[in-house]
Amino acid sequence: MPTTAERSAVFYGFSSHLDDLVDFANFLIQLLNGVQYGLLLFMLAAGLTLIFGIMGVVNLAHGSFYMLGAYLAWSLSSHLGSFAAALVVGTALSVVFGLVLERVLFRHFYRRDHLDQVLLTLGLIYVFEESRSLLWGDDVHGVPIPPLLRGSLALTDTLSYPFYRLFTMAVCVALALGLYLLISKTRLGMKIRAGAFNRDMTEALGVNIKLIHAVVFALGVALAAVAGMIAAPLSSVYPNMGSPVLIMCFVVVVIGGIGSVRGALIAALLVGLVDTFGQVLLPQIASMLVYMLMAAVLLWKPEGLFRS
Amino acid sequence: MSAPAAHLEALPRSVNFILLLGLAALALFPFAASDFYQQMVTRMMILAILAMSLDLLQGVTGLVSLGHAAFFGIAGYALAFLTPQGEAVSLWWTLPVAMLAAGAAALVIGFFVVRTRGIYFIMVTMAFAQMIYYLVFNNKALGGSDGLYINFRPDAGLFDLENKRVFYYFTLACLLVVYAFLRRLLWSPFGRALAGIRVNEHRMRAVGYGSFGYKLSAFTVAGALAGMAGYLWGAQTGFVNPELMGFHMSAQVIMMLILGGMGNFAGAIVGAVAFEAVLELFKDLPSFGGFDAGKHWQLWIGLFIVAVICFAPRGLLGLLQRVTGRWNVDHD
Repeated sequence: MPTTAERSAVFYGFSSHLDDLVDFANFLIQLLNGVQYGLLLFMLAAGLTLIFGIMGVVNLAHGSFYMLGAYLAWSLSSHLGSFAAALVVGTALSVVFGLVLERVLFRHFYRRDHLDQVLLTLGLIYVFEESRSLLWGDDVHGVPIPPLLRGSLALTDTLSYPFYRLFTMAVCVALALGLYLLISKTRLGMKIRAGAFNRDMTEALGVNIKLIHAVVFALGVALAAVAGMIAAPLSSVYPNMGSPVLIMCFVVVVIGGIGSVRGALIAALLVGLVDTFGQVLLPQIASMLVYMLMAAVLLWKPEGLFRS
Repeated sequence: MSAPAAHLEALPRSVNFILLLGLAALALFPFAASDFYQQMVTRMMILAILAMSLDLLQGVTGLVSLGHAAFFGIAGYALAFLTPQGEAVSLWWTLPVAMLAAGAAALVIGFFVVRTRGIYFIMVTMAFAQMIYYLVFNNKALGGSDGLYINFRPDAGLFDLENKRVFYYFTLACLLVVYAFLRRLLWSPFGRALAGIRVNEHRMRAVGYGSFGYKLSAFTVAGALAGMAGYLWGAQTGFVNPELMGFHMSAQVIMMLILGGMGNFAGAIVGAVAFEAVLELFKDLPSFGGFDAGKHWQLWIGLFIVAVICFAPRGLLGLLQRVTGRWNVDHD
């Protein structure tokens, strides 16, 4: 099984060192890699912070939804023979999964202590992890990049960037834009914001807050699962892949400020860039850099950059 | 947001009586049990010390730390680092040094984390613990992911810790000392201030208590006590690795605490013992047909925890209190 460092190397997709970076072209590649990693983190952190900001639920099992997505991508694409079909079916399945989970468990925890939510979701991590083992086994799997997205885009004569990474960026940007429009421009978004602000009052005005919470929860689950699906060809699929991702999400949410989707975006890009450039420039302490960044932000602003 | 979970600071006499019986059972246990079970109960007692140290934060002060295992691991590594390859090292200075190391780390990390609150605190403690985890994981001098061996248990001079029964009683003594210390602390003005911070931090600040200093002190003391547990763990198993300070270890301590019941330290002991017992039970499950139930213990422990939080949110001690409440006339 690959070590954490090897996994991250695959995940971020670089293998160059300081002298290479002298080259502006390589600087550009690292920049793109940093942004790509950051955007992926944003999708995850947005779901986490959305579920917390709107329902007040702490969800430590968020990393498990990412893992679920990755395994769905692997399993479905080999069964259906198409990555695109796997994406569509996988997204649908994860939405259904989110709705069922909300209905059966999470609904009863909206008004309970954070500690209860922490324990519930800790228990769920074990359940999901072992169910994954029963369903899909404990092997590491690679997910092939779909044929249409293989190859790379020539940026200059000597420099090219893989199509697939550009594709993940496009998906993340599209989803981020969609999320922004949904929350700030639509009627549903207005109800979501009202419900987060004052649940009882919103309900009294005739809004079906239960339905809205179910939708938001499923949306959060789907965001994490889609992130897992599109990351699968880059990072491969392996047991416990949710834990490091969950911790990175926490770092992003702590830096960005909890409940703030804008904060999550900026913090995710910051973390992505610091991590990527850290691996190239200061490989000895690279794994610590994002935590140092977090500590610095905490000293300066204990509630994060954009606490909503 | 709901009101904080009810706390059980003063236990009714009937519950105290049952706990005293439990203590007597612990004292007599080595005479009735095999080596295997004696070592298992030693491990439970070490984890009980760890759980009690977290209870000072979580049950008393209201700070839920998801990174408490970091300090447990630091002290274990301190012992491994101080023990030479070929000989034992004195207990009398290495135990304080290991606890100081854990406490110092808690002081530094605490400086950053106690400024935050609630769910933020949970996330930040977890992130800092992860930082320490990676620091050790990537450090060749500390054995990296393989960990370090401790070939000799510390030398206590007066008694022989290599003897399993002596080690058992030494651990029991540590458990009792920590319990007595924490009970004393809980009912001191310092402990009352911590409890006040849990109930309403703003009010405490308004009355003139600088909550930052109190929370930082609690975090440091809890870190040092977790260090005692980590030291004992290293001494018992003769081995430390990064998983000791990992996310799952921290998570399990929280589970122990909630399983037992928070706020009075007895719950932490009950929880640690019960959690480990349940874990052993699940690992020993037989095969049904082709399905090896014991191999999938993580599934059962997960479902068990979900069931506990759904049906017994005040833990086993809360459950015990409800049951004994029927024949318990003297409510104090």
